[in-house]
Amino acid sequence: MELNYLSIQEAVEGLKKKSFSALELTRACLKQVKSIDKKINAFLTLNEEGALQNAKKADELIHTSNAIFDSRPLLGIPMGLKDLYTTEKLRTTAGSKIIENYIPPFDATVVRKYKEAGAVFLGKTNEDAWGHGSSGENSDYGPTRNPYDLDRVPGGSSSGSGAAVASGECLIATGTDTGSSVRLPAVYCNLVGLKPTYGRVSRYGVIAMASSFDTIGHMTHTVYDNAKVLEVTAGQDPHDATSSPLKVPKYTSYLGKDIKGLKIGIPKEYIVEGMDPRVKDLTLQAIEKLKSLGATVKQISLPHTDVAMACYYILVPSEVSSNLARYDGIRYGGPRELFGAEAKRRIMLGAYTLSSGYYDAYYLKAAKVRRLIKQDFENVFKEVDVIVAPSSPSLPFKIGEKANDPLQMYLSDIFLCPMNIAGVPSLNVPCGFIDGLPVGMQIIGPHFQEEILYQVGYKFEQETEYYKTRPKL
Amino acid sequence: MAKKILSRVEILHLADLAKLKLTEEEIEKFRVQLSEIIGYIEQLNRVDTENVEPVAQLTDLTNISREDTSSEAQSLTQAQTLQNAKTAKDGYIRVEALFTE
Repeated sequence: MELNYLSIQEAVEGLKKKSFSALELTRACLKQVKSIDKKINAFLTLNEEGALQNAKKADELIHTSNAIFDSRPLLGIPMGLKDLYTTEKLRTTAGSKIIENYIPPFDATVVRKYKEAGAVFLGKTNEDAWGHGSSGENSDYGPTRNPYDLDRVPGGSSSGSGAAVASGECLIATGTDTGSSVRLPAVYCNLVGLKPTYGRVSRYGVIAMASSFDTIGHMTHTVYDNAKVLEVTAGQDPHDATSSPLKVPKYTSYLGKDIKGLKIGIPKEYIVEGMDPRVKDLTLQAIEKLKSLGATVKQISLPHTDVAMACYYILVPSEVSSNLARYDGIRYGGPRELFGAEAKRRIMLGAYTLSSGYYDAYYLKAAKVRRLIKQDFENVFKEVDVIVAPSSPSLPFKIGEKANDPLQMYLSDIFLCPMNIAGVPSLNVPCGFIDGLPVGMQIIGPHFQEEILYQVGYKFEQETEYYKTRPKL
Repeated sequence: MAKKILSRVEILHLADLAKLKLTEEEIEKFRVQLSEIIGYIEQLNRVDTENVEPVAQLTDLTNISREDTSSEAQSLTQAQTLQNAKTAKDGYIRVEALFTE
């Protein structure tokens, strides 16, 4: 078994048994990066020296006792960090030329948590600049390519992270999900990707896109791995006033629990004409599989689905225009001329919707529609335990296909952005392949009930084992 | 309903508000693209939001505060603060003059 394609669970077992060392594991990942990243462009900054040091330190700790994994559950595990995550002394660019040379003086809270859990930081991954995008094509450093088909996009904005895990460059990679950006690369790269509940994971030190939408997520090969990582990242943070004081459950303890009698709702607004019919069929087959595992399935309605995108594209650019105002080229970074086209579009759109005379018609109106969309979800969760829906209306598209049509690009998020509007958690789980390209479905739950998503996802994954498929590189 | 089309003057105004300098090509390109996007988002007008409270934030948390003391965990040294500023000098960041004679 190639070490760089192990799951976190397998890697930890192997490290405990001394089948291989943490140094060997990190070296295997670094070797893969050097071998293929020229083709994939997943990494912006490689932390080779730091990673080897982390790995050596991990080996020292593992030699003291295997019990060390109780307090450091990710000890020795090589990971990628989306370049929106502030990492002390390690260049952080947000995928943008504006902060091309920015070396942060501090760590984001989640970065500190990953460090304390013993993870090995392989490097910073490529992304659509500032999180603005669904394909990775808005990176100022060139697009990342999908390991399953190098002519296609890996999904965005956490494009590098998705491609890095899928191509065996690391075992887990982080992302942010403001409107789709963990789940879409997860679906296009055959990974399990989590958008947590807003407030479940601290946003401190993760470069802000839209502060009432941003969530801090991650991508892994398996459901177990994903749940294990959330145990590390979740929790209240005094540095983030929007982080929840709710206790963090032991998510991995829910895996293997039955789903007999669990009520699943399928939103009728998500099974629509405009979808690729093959994707629709595969998703419906996955739902049948959930039924065969004992769940009951019924049709539900999320009536304001058709206006979710419009609501999103008023509120998010408004918050973006405010968050990007800090890039004045004075305290850090270069001049504002360095912003790419998509960043400029969103900043100006936000300036428009927030400007005097337009604020009520656009921003305030959208904030009210947001209430209605949130209520749609809350009402549905009175009838069902989880919602299952397709993650993407189409297969991963070709690089360049939507690049000249911003509105078309925005519509890739159509099934994904409503969850950010409502703040509910959603987990992408692979559900098959069409012409060798991955398809995924999302499992959506009530606020702060990620454990149910993992419970359902795990049962499905164990039956189908799509994580065993690898891209042919 | 007539679709909103932004004028060149409006684009220049937005660019000014956002402190962005645009080329001629960008002004026209963004004028067309933003008009299309605004045309799309106008569909919100047909949603009935009478008596609906806007969402200001998604958590139910209120008044999250801390003691008004300085903490090392949340502070940077002067050196750290200045390390990424290109015009740092003598412990200050130099900026362009706001007032000229």
